[in-house]
Amino acid sequence: MAALDSNREDWTQVIEPTEGLFKFNLRELWRYRDLILLFVRRDFIAVYKQTVLGPLWHFLQPLFTTAVYTLFISIVKVPTDEIPRILFILTGVVLWNYFSSCLIKTSNTFIGNASIFGKVYFPRLVIPISVIISNLMSFAIQCLLLIPFLIYYRQNIHPTIYILAIPFLILLLAMMGLGLGILVSSLTIKYRDLNYLIAFGVQLAMYATPVIYPLSLIPGRFKAIASLNPLSPIVEVFRCALLGKGTFSIETILYSTVFAFGILILGVLMFRRVENSFMDTV
Amino acid sequence: MSTVIKVENVSKVYELGKMGTGTLASDIQRAFARMTGKEDPLLRIGETYDEKAIHIALRDVSFDVTQGQVLGIIGKNGAGKSTLLKILSRVTAPTTGKVKMKGRLASLLEVGTGFHPELSGRENIFLNGAILGMTNKEVARKFDEIVEFSGVSKFIDTPVKRYSSGMYVRLAFAVAAHLEPEILIVDEVLAVGDADFQRKCLGKMKDVSSHGRTVLFVSHNMEAVKNLCQEVVLLEKGQVAEIGKPAAVINSYFKRNTQYNSQILFNEQEAPGNELVKLRRAELHIQQGEILDINHGFELQFEFDLENDYSEFSYSLNLFAITGEHIFNTVSPVVSAKRGRVVASCLVPADLMNSGDFTVSIMAVSQRSITLFYFQNVLNFEIFDNRENEKWFGNISGAVRPKLNWKLS
Repeated sequence: MAALDSNREDWTQVIEPTEGLFKFNLRELWRYRDLILLFVRRDFIAVYKQTVLGPLWHFLQPLFTTAVYTLFISIVKVPTDEIPRILFILTGVVLWNYFSSCLIKTSNTFIGNASIFGKVYFPRLVIPISVIISNLMSFAIQCLLLIPFLIYYRQNIHPTIYILAIPFLILLLAMMGLGLGILVSSLTIKYRDLNYLIAFGVQLAMYATPVIYPLSLIPGRFKAIASLNPLSPIVEVFRCALLGKGTFSIETILYSTVFAFGILILGVLMFRRVENSFMDTV
Repeated sequence: MSTVIKVENVSKVYELGKMGTGTLASDIQRAFARMTGKEDPLLRIGETYDEKAIHIALRDVSFDVTQGQVLGIIGKNGAGKSTLLKILSRVTAPTTGKVKMKGRLASLLEVGTGFHPELSGRENIFLNGAILGMTNKEVARKFDEIVEFSGVSKFIDTPVKRYSSGMYVRLAFAVAAHLEPEILIVDEVLAVGDADFQRKCLGKMKDVSSHGRTVLFVSHNMEAVKNLCQEVVLLEKGQVAEIGKPAAVINSYFKRNTQYNSQILFNEQEAPGNELVKLRRAELHIQQGEILDINHGFELQFEFDLENDYSEFSYSLNLFAITGEHIFNTVSPVVSAKRGRVVASCLVPADLMNSGDFTVSIMAVSQRSITLFYFQNVLNFEIFDNRENEKWFGNISGAVRPKLNWKLS
């Protein structure tokens, strides 16, 4: 009997109805780090297998997008704070691509992986986290695309000290993409319409963000509304860092930071709330 | 022996309908209960709640599994076996109750989960291993063994979409088989795959349990359960109906789930037939026992009401498999019959029939050739398998399975 009693605390796993909203098991996530990396690898490799151009697609997509937008703003003569139009658009597009692909892909976490989730347990957050990381890799590759343009236009641009803040900007962007994405993916389980909403919602959100126009273009009375968009300061600081022009302040950066943390926490909470029982609803 | 799995009062409630509770109000009510850590209000008022809207898949299930045991879980479809497995493997959470476990749990059901067609065999071994809970190091250590076991070493750097389905399954199984979990779930493997696959699975089960690890074996194959398990849990309508030694629990499962001695009585108005003959009673009676298995004979008994006298009266009985296959026809002796109640019975001896579901039709005949009426599908019944000391648990096919006189030298 003594042996039995001493065993009582040895349980390695306890499965309970709800594991508490705030009990977030980081250690378990860490144990599955190999799986995260393998998913990153899978996403990265598998996408371009059996394509003619392979990883070249990482370059082609932003290049074509940039070409079209550059043509557009050249025609309607959008002022770009004296920054060469191509560079202006390319920085915006690359940054926006990262955010939108994070958001769109993570928002599909539950529905897109239902067949795996239905068979085997691993921390569900593994999937969206691996998406964020694999997108980060394509973002890094796309950033390489900036280099030849930065060199070609070196006379017209003035990189600033804010270059040091770029990793922080990317982190904020990743947090917002992940937070919003898993929030949406948690809600899509019940309200499937959100999936459709997100597809064109992201498209619309791009026009509400200074991607193909500078924030300085917005007239005074709309500025307050425009500054509600937490993505704007990130794009503006990024441009300021690399090209030397951007409209932002400490307050707006702080606002973006708080928003990023807030949305990530909210997303994780929602995600945790549904991950244990979503298989019953999907 | 210590307990490795402790299932404590586990219940699982499914809400029916595509939008969960359906109303925002009860969504909020549930969310509130959940946040304040209270019990789910819908389960507590289960008695008065609209039973159509919820389905209780498991109700207060409790049992313990000791280390090194092979525990069988049996029950009809819908008894809650799959739900229990889902909870144990953490795919879904219980609505109330707790499960405590010691060690890693893996399932042979998850064979090939997460295989990506574009990735090579090598990449998929690592990916699949990680999904099943192994670290890269563990997989790397066992990599050669896995490849050897799968027998696809030549194609290990080929994308698995180019594999034959056999190679695919072998590779997937090889990964799962090298997991070395403390607790292994084997779910209905005997129903899928060929004899070779079955042998591999059973070999793995024996291997696992002989190393002091625990196996949960879920199956409809009573022969396999009887021969492989030390203890069996019988689930019925989401509840544990019985726990105990395999033979006893399986017998009780058969008793609960059959219409042996099934008797159909008809009153005068409802009796099937025509103005010449009507069926009043049909009954299956098992000889010496309660369970209809292949080692027991059974008697088919009928009572009819005749409206006329017949000088030459007989029956013709057909037995069909439920799939429609005609197993046999048997004709009764010819007698003379008077108007009124006539009784007929026919004995099907032990060790003749194969296991399966069957249906009986009987024809009343006069003058050896004129059909008075053909009563179709009068009785339906299932004959269970019963094998002692066998090593083969798969299906034995054939319409009949007679015990015949063999002479061996």
